[in-house]
Amino acid sequence: MTVTHAADTVDTVERAAATPEIEQPYGALGLKDNEYRRVRELLGRRPTDAELAMYAVMWSEHCSYKSSKVHLRYFGETTTEQMRATMLAGIGENAGVLDIGDGWAVTFKAESHNHPSYVEPFQGAATGVGGIVRDILAMGARPLAVMDSLRFGAADAPDTKRVLPGVVAGVGGYGNCLGLPNIGGEVIFDASYAGNPLVNALCVGAMRIEDLHLAHASGAGNKIILFGARTGLDGIGGASVLASDSFSGGTGRKKLPSVQVGDPFAEKVLIECCLELFAAKVVVGISDLGAAGLACATSELASAGDGGMVIDLDRVPLRAKDMNPAEILSSESRERMCAVVTPEHVADFLAICAKWDVTATEIGEVTEGDTLVITWHGQTVVDVPPRTVAHDGPVYERPISRPESQDALQADVPDDLARPTTPAEIRATLLRMLGSANLASRRWVTQQYDRYVRGGTVLAQPADAGMIRIDEQTHRGVALSVDCNSRYVALDPYRGAQLALAEAYRNVAASGAKPVAVTDCLNFGSPEDPGVMWQFQQALHGLADACKVLGIPVVGGNVSFYNQTGGTAILPTPLVGVMGVIDDVRRRVPTGFGTEPGESLLLLGETRPEFGGSEWAHVVHGHLGGLPPKVDLAAEALLADILIAGSRDGMLSAAHDLSDGGLAQAVVEAALIGETGARIVLPAGADPFVWLFAESAGRALVAVPRSEEPRFTEMCTMRGLPWVKIGVVDVESDAVEIQDVADFSLAELRTAWEATLPELFG
Amino acid sequence: MPKPEILDPQGQAVAKALPRLGFSGVAEVRQGKRFELEVDDSVDDATLARIAEGLLANPVIEEWTVRRVAE
Repeated sequence: MTVTHAADTVDTVERAAATPEIEQPYGALGLKDNEYRRVRELLGRRPTDAELAMYAVMWSEHCSYKSSKVHLRYFGETTTEQMRATMLAGIGENAGVLDIGDGWAVTFKAESHNHPSYVEPFQGAATGVGGIVRDILAMGARPLAVMDSLRFGAADAPDTKRVLPGVVAGVGGYGNCLGLPNIGGEVIFDASYAGNPLVNALCVGAMRIEDLHLAHASGAGNKIILFGARTGLDGIGGASVLASDSFSGGTGRKKLPSVQVGDPFAEKVLIECCLELFAAKVVVGISDLGAAGLACATSELASAGDGGMVIDLDRVPLRAKDMNPAEILSSESRERMCAVVTPEHVADFLAICAKWDVTATEIGEVTEGDTLVITWHGQTVVDVPPRTVAHDGPVYERPISRPESQDALQADVPDDLARPTTPAEIRATLLRMLGSANLASRRWVTQQYDRYVRGGTVLAQPADAGMIRIDEQTHRGVALSVDCNSRYVALDPYRGAQLALAEAYRNVAASGAKPVAVTDCLNFGSPEDPGVMWQFQQALHGLADACKVLGIPVVGGNVSFYNQTGGTAILPTPLVGVMGVIDDVRRRVPTGFGTEPGESLLLLGETRPEFGGSEWAHVVHGHLGGLPPKVDLAAEALLADILIAGSRDGMLSAAHDLSDGGLAQAVVEAALIGETGARIVLPAGADPFVWLFAESAGRALVAVPRSEEPRFTEMCTMRGLPWVKIGVVDVESDAVEIQDVADFSLAELRTAWEATLPELFG
Repeated sequence: MPKPEILDPQGQAVAKALPRLGFSGVAEVRQGKRFELEVDDSVDDATLARIAEGLLANPVIEEWTVRRVAE
């Protein structure tokens, strides 16, 4: 072996023990004084450069959940045995897994890739998609579809013109190249996201139950194999500054990039390769390499098993020259996986990788001991108990305090805002809102995504929920929706998070699927701000409590803190994804009108004059204040039951949930999607403004074939669900008429709805 | 050109294809792009640099050089 200059000065465990006094750049790596002291205590000496890099990245907020851990336990505390019944894996695994029946296990998870998407929108969003897909893959499932929830600054802000097209192209570029359909999501604008867009990507995959793989490294002598892309200087230290100059063995590189470039074709091959490895039963466990790269994969695999591990960094295939151990361990190069393989299967494993032209290298093995030992150039550079890196990081009980401004915010009710009263004013308001950035058609975005590749897509945008067929024979499928109205959360985090859940739950039920599980992506400002921690704690409790009432477990999720521009945090955004199961996707309920020749329109649920945090207050008055709509989870559950029963028994020909923009938006969308006119007759004495624009939760608009109307309405009445007939669908008509208020031609509505995004970004 | 430490999937694809096509001895391939601008003499190097940095290149992941050649 050639002894290089770097090897001469490598910071070995031996050297670390002998030179306790050397100053280490822990601050620049993001470790606090007390955290660094803790590392020294755990090791009984100072850490080596490589160990320091591992601890720093694994103890970061992103990897260790150090500010959220004490709160996340609440999800476990509120999950009952009954809720666990169909749960095959939950929080703590790469992704939650559900038994959906017919022998199928479905896994889904959402993850944020916010900061990288601001720095480099295309690659940031693309690698976000790639990362969540590998999480699903690591469970042994074939990734089947993706969704994405995107939030940007004001639609007309100059920087949004830079960020949005890049993010959308990145999501589409990566997903389309992988051959995964994008079946839905959100695009939302609010000034608070201007310097900190949110890119939350969700992936869903399926496998036979017996093929479920949980990542662990049991069994001394088992080999650790790194496979996929070579390791380069990508995203080292993530957003933190890992200046290699400050290491004793530094190579003189001035600045390391935090931008990772994705290679979707490499990932596609990796997917097929992994699935063949699973099918051939040659792996004990597989873990993906994402944030914190090898540092994370080795320490997590080792601590999940019952032994120790040795790793030889010289065997890691490198893309850049002269990488030091700290860089190799913390590199975030994409499209890499790490497997634990029994010795007798190594040859088969390598043969399968060779067939797919995937580089695979044995880099170490599981040992009898209880430490993770990493060598480089024949010297030991890491010797740590793996649990101390992966699990025993610092845990903080951050101060929590309800912001003083919260009372004023809630007292600033929207009751005195000028409302449209005349028919002409209501007409103008409806058109203005329809074309507003948050309510306008997402077609410009979604047409850049492949929604039907693989042939399993049953519903995709603009439907309420995305739906895919899982079983070709039985037609069993799943539906997914991701939602969050962050203005509601800002007004009341507890209730706002429940409203996010209620909306996603309702969307899934509107498609005909029964909601069974939840994933979340909790995006907040700095946890060091007591007001933000209050929002976080409230939102988390609201979500967990509501899940318990609805009886559906949170099976996985992600926390993203420090989403802020300067000192100003984003609106609290606890994104909620709900998955539902439908026995037969052929019974799905579409969103658009007009699948049957004569349909009656019913509004289910109760309409109240609720405008706090509404789209109307936002668009027309730029107002945010008051309280969000009331939450009635029993009513949500009943509504969902009725929607599912209506779908199963063929009583519904269309269903559309009511949320942002209220009834007016729902009617117009369903008419435009179905390309069918409708006549709306509001109840006698109703205030048209309230009925058209209020955002009361727990409501849905359904189209019922005339022959089914008595049966359906009788079911609603018997079960105590408020309903009112508000009109009819007219397949002959090409207009939406709201009696005594206003008429609109479909062409006029379509122009207002579809022109906005192309004008802004086309 | 992509910065040296940035992954270059296109370059890698070419590098992998070469031995399959019978070309040996190529250790690495990196690819980038070139823009040819026809400019008046009055356009100075600083302006060209601004054009390169602001429009033609993505300075987050790419590096660039300007070369002025006489017609």
